[in-house]
Amino acid sequence: MTATPLLAGLTARARAQAHTGGTPGPTPCSCGAATLADRADATVVRHADTVAKAHAPDTALDDLTLRLTAATRLPEVLLPPLGPTPTPLHGRLVTCWPYGTPVDPERPDAAPWEEAATLLALLHRTTPVPPALPPMRGPAKAALAVARLRATAPHHPATPAVLGAWRTLPAWARAEAPMPDTTTLCHGDLHLGQLVRHPAPHGPWRLIDVDDLGVGVPAWDLARPAAWYACGLLPPDEWTRFLDAYRAAAGPAVPPDGDPWPALDVPARALTVQSAARATAKALAEDRPLDEVEQALVDACARMGSVPPQLARTSTT
Amino acid sequence: MQCPKCHAQMHTYNRNGVQIEQCSNCRGIFLDYGELEALTRLESQWSQPAPPAPPAPQAYPAAPAAPAAPAWGAPHGGHHGGQHYGGHHRQKSFGRMLFSS
Repeated sequence: MTATPLLAGLTARARAQAHTGGTPGPTPCSCGAATLADRADATVVRHADTVAKAHAPDTALDDLTLRLTAATRLPEVLLPPLGPTPTPLHGRLVTCWPYGTPVDPERPDAAPWEEAATLLALLHRTTPVPPALPPMRGPAKAALAVARLRATAPHHPATPAVLGAWRTLPAWARAEAPMPDTTTLCHGDLHLGQLVRHPAPHGPWRLIDVDDLGVGVPAWDLARPAAWYACGLLPPDEWTRFLDAYRAAAGPAVPPDGDPWPALDVPARALTVQSAARATAKALAEDRPLDEVEQALVDACARMGSVPPQLARTSTT
Repeated sequence: MQCPKCHAQMHTYNRNGVQIEQCSNCRGIFLDYGELEALTRLESQWSQPAPPAPPAPQAYPAAPAAPAAPAWGAPHGGHHGGQHYGGHHRQKSFGRMLFSS
């Protein structure tokens, strides 16, 4: 594969950062180096113990800088960046991070559900919230996935069910109105790929990826596991471990006991819609039918159309 | 409570009826007075031969209550039947949890 100028530049940036303070390494040097992700919205490369990330092309410098500041201030929860500000590269913003060991996709039984929940509870309890943080981007990303579905797969048989479920959501969950909570610090895109152990490989777990970090409705951060449980894709005991650990750490997104679903329902619907929209667009682009996991998401969307959303006690919208 | 070793927050877990405090950082475990004995007792029960079967005319033991689920959830509210928990389904579902999809 021929490296793009961005990928080549990013690789050089990671190498330079990894060898900061020492003698410059030979090119190519003998350190472990790899491309961890190369997508439209992010390119991530690793060189030795350093990771360099090129953020999405539309990332705002001020917003990303504020989010980096938050990560720097909360090193017990978020992996801190190696520098305070992003630097430009081929029209993109680049940040550097220490390498951490990710969740092992081959070992579901070792998934750090309790640690993820505890970190989220600590994040949500952060006071004061680092100043001037923009809103958490969860609803905006859901809206983007739905807009892409409309644009790329308007005639797919799954699309009406997904759009029907989207219409059951209140305006704030569709990024058409401000969120009812503007004071709680949220991650904005929690999934198991957002946890690493630092220092690798046995250090404590930390949350990574601050691109969607901001103030908003904290239940959004619980909503992906909640959605997967509701869709029959996450076993009840793993969901219970996650929820119990969040409550044990006094997380504020759900009441301390009793039914958590009045708080989780709207965000879990939104994440189910987002996942179903992306899955449908992806399956169409790859000219293949939905697999059973994707179909379970679409089936849940179809059922949402006939059940009005539950309203959280604190929700005003 | 705080971990006596690394001072991170400790969380309480229930293991077979025994309350255990585990550190969220170093994963160290703190046992209260009597808890080690309780665990040892459980272990010895585990290694003993199974007790005789209960008399025949007995109701089925109550299944553990499934956690709450929304009305739009998968049939049977996310507990038994028609789910995707086992075998390669589980692996596949789990792999997807690792991505922003």
